Amino acid sequence: MAASSTGTYFTSYRAESALRRTKAEWARLALIAGFLLALPSLATGPLHQVLELHVINMVLIVVIGAVGLNILIGYTGQISLGHGGFLCVGAFTAGVFYQRFDLPAPVGIFAAVVFTAALGAFFGLPALRLKGLYLAIATLASQTVIIFVASQWSWLHDQGETMNLSRLRIGGFEIAARGAGHWQWYWILLVFAVLSVYAGRNLVRSSVGRSFMAVRDQDIAAAAIGVNVTRAKVTSFAVSSGFAGLAGALWAHYRGNATPETFVLETSILFVAMVIVGGLGSIAGAVYGAAFMWMVPELITKALLNVGGSEWTSRVPHLEMIFFGLLIMLFLIFEPRGLDRIWQRTKDYFRFWPFRY
Amino acid sequence: MLTRAYQFDLNSSGVAAGEPLLDVSGVSLRFGGIRALSDVSFRMRQGDIHAVIGPNGAGKSSMLNCVSGLYRPQEGRIQLHTVRDGEVGSTDLVTRKPHQIARLGVARSFQNIELFGHLSVLENLMLGRHIHMKHRVLAGMVWFGPARRQEFAHREFVEEVIDLLQLQAHRHAPVGALAYGIQKRVEFGRALCIEPSLLLLDEPMAGMNAEEKEDMARFVLDVNELRGVSVLIIEHDMSVIMDISSHITVLDFGKVIGDGTPTEIAQNDDVIRAYLGDDE
Repeated sequence: MAASSTGTYFTSYRAESALRRTKAEWARLALIAGFLLALPSLATGPLHQVLELHVINMVLIVVIGAVGLNILIGYTGQISLGHGGFLCVGAFTAGVFYQRFDLPAPVGIFAAVVFTAALGAFFGLPALRLKGLYLAIATLASQTVIIFVASQWSWLHDQGETMNLSRLRIGGFEIAARGAGHWQWYWILLVFAVLSVYAGRNLVRSSVGRSFMAVRDQDIAAAAIGVNVTRAKVTSFAVSSGFAGLAGALWAHYRGNATPETFVLETSILFVAMVIVGGLGSIAGAVYGAAFMWMVPELITKALLNVGGSEWTSRVPHLEMIFFGLLIMLFLIFEPRGLDRIWQRTKDYFRFWPFRY
Repeated sequence: MLTRAYQFDLNSSGVAAGEPLLDVSGVSLRFGGIRALSDVSFRMRQGDIHAVIGPNGAGKSSMLNCVSGLYRPQEGRIQLHTVRDGEVGSTDLVTRKPHQIARLGVARSFQNIELFGHLSVLENLMLGRHIHMKHRVLAGMVWFGPARRQEFAHREFVEEVIDLLQLQAHRHAPVGALAYGIQKRVEFGRALCIEPSLLLLDEPMAGMNAEEKEDMARFVLDVNELRGVSVLIIEHDMSVIMDISSHITVLDFGKVIGDGTPTEIAQNDDVIRAYLGDDE
């Protein structure tokens, strides 16, 4: 049972509907903002042993994908194992527009979002007939088909199965190469990630998001109150894929290449794991999950190398898998509702303090 | 007694009181070899509390599911009469999907509560406003502007229903954590938020204690008498039915065995036999 904040009353719907309603919440937001602003200097300065800016940049990208997937799995209750495939579509669409058609990057990114959303709606059609595990298997088809096309269509490839993207130019400004480039990318990606999280949070408090949750909780009752369940499911697939398309496009621009090898089934499963570890049905959870799943393996590697020294280099990848797997298992056993729930409980603890409940 | 004036109409049917609202004619429903309903016909009038009663397995819930589109009868027609802008019309519900029927204002509650368990009372009731709202993804993502304005406009309607059903204390509670009786009331409220032209209630008092039943009966009467909503109700508690309903249709083994006012039904030999059994 969550603690309800007593003494916080509202006199208008406007005040009640706000995302930040108390001074404490605003203070926390300010702390987070300060941390995000200071992060580049922290990562190059005092924290460089633990955090690397390129890891943080990748977290910002996968956060966007995870928010999208949580809208689909956590809010609409439709399991998808094809999220990696949609990132792949976004990456190649952005690449094609930028590299092959020579159009400005924003156009390509926008096209990636729209095209991936449309494709997601199409591959979401099995959801009209299938539920649960059966749907998960059906979405494997989208994953397989997309990766197959991306690896066989040679027009897309510059070398092997990879398409190379030249450095990002926006107007006359070109992103610098490594080093300074990471720093510049951080700001670009941060803007995209913050806007995506905010858009996701807004969507789930609007009428569209509520209809998604209605479909998740009780699809028969949802139909009986006038929710077009078919439309809600397809919309949810489209929205989720749109986020994936954005993440994929940014991924391609940031890494300077697009290749199907990055977006295989393991990637899709990693995204599902992010959503579960972070907390199903919580936008904040998607952020926690993405950061956790992307950074913890890196931290484990670092820790192992510190313990074992350089002669452990060959063992580290295997040990990392073992530790990471163990961590996720412990998670599912002790807090199946994810990191978001842990955060809620922590807040409750301080709200109730000095009482236990 | 209503303690304050309400701003919104709950009843969205334009049909004048006493005029036919729903015509069920020759409805037959089979599941494989089982005949759940055979040739069921009855007429329901605007402004009535029309009860459908019958022993267990008589086909009452099946009948309601046919009206709300969850089941599709093999034969027969179910016509909802409507008056829109002075024009009289009627719609056959049999060929329509549940969400299309809901859009016509046919609202319902379920025998086993079918609420959205993870959502709060407020969100459940707001979902009742679904058919009156616009659903634009981009507007939702932006929130400020149309999405938020729409939210507040419908919130006012929902607050009236909360007031009417005395749900103020539970507004922000997740419905899954509420007591059974309150959940039933929330489900009733969700149906009211549709602004029904026809309200279908499937055993709204099942499993309640006497006091909760009285409350619920009072709410149903308020909604009917003061707000003009026509109610098609299934209920097992005979005393409640005899007290509140203006017309009763009795089903037994999927057939209509009686149709009339409560007094007529109480003296109907077929009905007495179905409920109490034969002497032989």
